Amino acid sequence: MGDTIEKVSVIISKGSLDGIYPGLIMANGARAEGIETNLFFTFFGLDAINRKRHEHIKLASVGNPGLHMATWLGGFPGMASIMTHYMERHIESLDIPSIPEFIEMIADTGAGMYACKASVDLFRLEKDDFIDQVQDIITVGEFYERAAGGEIIFT
Amino acid sequence: MPSRSYAGVDVEVGEDGFFVHPEQWTEEMAPVIAKESGVDDLTPRHWQVVNFMRAQYMAKGDSPSVRLLGKASGVPVKELYELFPKGPAKLAAKIAGIPKPRSCI
Repeated sequence: MGDTIEKVSVIISKGSLDGIYPGLIMANGARAEGIETNLFFTFFGLDAINRKRHEHIKLASVGNPGLHMATWLGGFPGMASIMTHYMERHIESLDIPSIPEFIEMIADTGAGMYACKASVDLFRLEKDDFIDQVQDIITVGEFYERAAGGEIIFT
Repeated sequence: MPSRSYAGVDVEVGEDGFFVHPEQWTEEMAPVIAKESGVDDLTPRHWQVVNFMRAQYMAKGDSPSVRLLGKASGVPVKELYELFPKGPAKLAAKIAGIPKPRSCI
């Protein structure tokens, strides 16, 4: 049994489209394999579970060499929205859910969802600012307690 | 290639226990494979998922993902995980005698 993963904790620390999806895919995929899973949102990753913001997650069009686009072009007004729109259409065509739908589905799979207390305090947020699927706001110590005995994936 | 005996018939399975030839599967084999995979009692709700998996595979040549199951099988995602705690798409595919789903979502 030593070569199977029984439990994972996935940390999402970034608030861009490309910063959030990988962690969601790792978490959802873990549940699909029957692995116990917790998602922990910290820093700008909190936008993924922020009621007002989770439907407006953008792709980073500046400082993102992966786009293979001139830096000055990425800074043009509206560029982040255009690139995000393009990426979202592509994601949808592959039948990958939007971020809000994906998070709702992952919660339905039985994964735990938690917000990081330090970041919540930093951004002056409260439990009500988050979507209903978020179970609790927890400290880093509580995170380690919940993560005990499993693998930790930081994204 | 390893083989297993289900309901008195020898079938060829892959390393991970999934059927190599879905046409070798019969309904009588399902409860035995289910028990082996930790699902002791195949209820009508389990069957709804297993039958949907098989029908989709036969129609499309692809094993459905959990998301598709949740959208189209008539069993919501939450219940899918109650029925198949160790992974709905994976277990239902195994029980339905079709290949392991290869979707990342």
